[in-house]
Amino acid sequence: MSSGAPAGDPWGDAAHLLRRAGFGGRPEEIDAAAGNGYAATVDALIAGPGAAGDPGAAATPLPDLGPEIRDTGRDPATRKAADQQRAQQEQQLVAWWLDRMTRVTAPLVEKRTFFWHGHWATSEQKVRSPQLMLRQNQTLRTLGGGDFGVLAHAMVRDPALALWLDASGSTRKAPNENLGRELMELFTLGVGNYTETDVREAARALTGWRLDRANDQLVFVPAAHDDGTKTILGHTADFDADSLVDLIISQPASHAYLLTRLWNRLAAPGPVPADVLGRLLPAYGTGRDVTALIKALLLDPVFRSTQVRGALVKQPVEYVVGTLRALNIRVDTGPGRSRSTLLGTLNALGQLPFAPPNVGGWPAGNAWLTSAAVQARLGFARWAVSGGDLGPVASAPPASRVDAAARLLGLGAWTPRTRAALQQVAADPKELVLLALVSPEYAVQ
Amino acid sequence: MDRWTRRRFLLASGVVGAGALAAGGTVIGIRELAHGAASNPLPAQSAVLVLVTLYGGNDGLGTVVPAADHAYQDARPDLAYSPEQVLDLGDGLGLNPAMKGLHGLWGRKQLAVVRGVGYPTPSHSHFQSMDIWQTASPEAPQSTGWLGRWLDATGKDPLRAVSLGGVLPPLLAGASTAGSALPTSAFRLPGGQSLRAFTALGTPSAADAGPQAQATTSDRDLLTVAHTFGAVLDSRAKAGAKAGAKAGKAAGAPSATPSTGPVPSGSTPSTPSTPATLTLATTQYTNPLASQLDIVAACIQARVPTRVYSVSLGGFDTHAAERGTQEQLLGEFDKSVTAFLGQVANGPNPVVLAAYSEFGRRVQANANQGTDHGTAGPVLIAGSPVRGGFYGAQPSLTDLDAGDLKYSTDFRSVYATLLHQVLDFDPAQVLGQEYPQLAFV
Repeated sequence: MSSGAPAGDPWGDAAHLLRRAGFGGRPEEIDAAAGNGYAATVDALIAGPGAAGDPGAAATPLPDLGPEIRDTGRDPATRKAADQQRAQQEQQLVAWWLDRMTRVTAPLVEKRTFFWHGHWATSEQKVRSPQLMLRQNQTLRTLGGGDFGVLAHAMVRDPALALWLDASGSTRKAPNENLGRELMELFTLGVGNYTETDVREAARALTGWRLDRANDQLVFVPAAHDDGTKTILGHTADFDADSLVDLIISQPASHAYLLTRLWNRLAAPGPVPADVLGRLLPAYGTGRDVTALIKALLLDPVFRSTQVRGALVKQPVEYVVGTLRALNIRVDTGPGRSRSTLLGTLNALGQLPFAPPNVGGWPAGNAWLTSAAVQARLGFARWAVSGGDLGPVASAPPASRVDAAARLLGLGAWTPRTRAALQQVAADPKELVLLALVSPEYAVQ
Repeated sequence: MDRWTRRRFLLASGVVGAGALAAGGTVIGIRELAHGAASNPLPAQSAVLVLVTLYGGNDGLGTVVPAADHAYQDARPDLAYSPEQVLDLGDGLGLNPAMKGLHGLWGRKQLAVVRGVGYPTPSHSHFQSMDIWQTASPEAPQSTGWLGRWLDATGKDPLRAVSLGGVLPPLLAGASTAGSALPTSAFRLPGGQSLRAFTALGTPSAADAGPQAQATTSDRDLLTVAHTFGAVLDSRAKAGAKAGAKAGKAAGAPSATPSTGPVPSGSTPSTPSTPATLTLATTQYTNPLASQLDIVAACIQARVPTRVYSVSLGGFDTHAAERGTQEQLLGEFDKSVTAFLGQVANGPNPVVLAAYSEFGRRVQANANQGTDHGTAGPVLIAGSPVRGGFYGAQPSLTDLDAGDLKYSTDFRSVYATLLHQVLDFDPAQVLGQEYPQLAFV
């Protein structure tokens, strides 16, 4: 690929791996990974921080958001004050996660959590409880690397998801189909692997749960549950939420669906090549081991091939966090109004964490590559170079600054076009890095 | 909105063009484009189509309400409006009480209601059904949107179709041309030497593989779009800042939309243009449709060479507590649309606005005072060239398909009419075959 090094180049492979399994490596991290070898780097990424813990995670503990702000009646002044308080909590939540992503030394956990957030896409815009969004986020983090079935069971009981998909209060008399449909269509099976009748029957199985707001737990109300016989995916039984989830996640179609979702976000768009599927399915196995799947994916030869290198467009969060890491910028100590700059940038780019546009999560690919997005990236890049660490570029002699900028951003090489363009501003390290941040090479991965 | 006269637009564009020229923009024909926008404004009488996408599946039965039908009252005991509550349209139907402005247009014969619009074997998936509506291809997946194919067939000019906001909807993506995404705030390009270098970044390179080629195009398109629309957005930002100052904002407080021009040359500003405050709960819900349409109105009044605008409003997935939510959203829709149509009513370019959603909702309510995903729904067409009234048959509430309405009008008949009557184009070239057209324009 144009932006990557030639095949067989250990530095290019290492940079690629650190982008996809994390948020991109700093030059010295890429050097070290290339020196250690590809397989050893995958092992280290999969092993995570180990017993000592991740110092970056320790420095960014789960935030105390304060009390949940509930409906505060009809008085406009009281409501406004409550809305402002909740807005503060929301900003704190988003800023915390960006900070965590930026500072962790073992980034795979956060990358995986971000993947799951887009998969079980839940938005604060409807949930209106940053506390429950944080709780869901932590569920995705702690259960996201194990048996997918355990995660699926936990998510069906997740209060934020229940509010988001109106699962609370669905009764036998008039079941609500929202959760049942999205559970099959988006979370576990994919379109084409179930029928409309399956959706309606699944909705019956999911009836009877109510969110108790006193302690924010879902409680089962037997009288509201439809305990009749249902036929789902060809199986007939008195399904409830648990047996429904068990049935769905044991379907072979579910395994292939999950694998494809992961492949599309970590590797390449489109269907998973048949040979890759054949190698990855056994790794996932009947135990639905997400970590084993990710490891097999990262080690797969196709993952390092030109089919995959450069095939993804960076998601806005990947673009922003990767830049913060490259330029050593902290979320709350960056230049100027850094928190509002970051949230404003992600909002303009269309990817605010905790606020996906809908239950299908965020788009992928060329949808991110609009002229409006370039404008937002220009504004962000201007801010980033105003306070970021440009030392590796600034300290290089002008003749080698363009190469130093590529190295700083984890890129193997520029196209001749970009090299010539950047050379025009090589005298000014800020302008050079600013333009490198809006180069076509840096927009993709 | 008359503060954007064409003369001022020409003046501002001329400045932009001269600045870009001085900075040495050589590659993408900035001069031609800026010059084109300035000297070839949208010809008078060329009609403009504004497409409003209502995301989430708007409940058609809560929009054009069959309040007089007992079957409706029986199916939705907690949700139904009484005949006295709705805004009467005749035929036993009435508009949602929140749609007072559109009811006014109905009275002036400027609102057409196409009833029962859908397609065969409907999908109940938001994503699949929206994809079907945007590609106009229910039978098989299509990689191009219906207006993207129109772009492909009419000169491959990305300025002819514009969407508001950062992410491009699939409906504007053609095989070789995509519409432009217009930000809702003023442009800020680099200046001087940096603008020259940025312009060079947008040069196609044989070494661009995969999505990197589109990344290059988006860099280039930003210049094109900035030089066409920059003056409009910049003027809006300035007007907004003035209005904000008038409203008594503290001096020095950051403006939500800072005035930041397309910077013809010279220094590079060092502070980013981002909102001072942002709340997740309201970011996409603070009447975004009104601000999107406000920009569209400014562009139409400035006569930028755009024939199609795409705007959107989300949040219609009312599985629970539907009545309040839908009234609020339809109220927002109503206010934004009627204000917009008022702004553009007397200009030289006729404007037709069409609003659709990916599906309507199930006839029977669920336990949460909401409704689940359904099928056919109404498409609303409004504007001064519109022939008001009902088109298409109202679906029966008793002759249902597994609880869902049977469609009476194929959505491609609506598209065919819009393509032919608004965009003066042969619909078969976009839709693959002829569909019966309707008389609403």
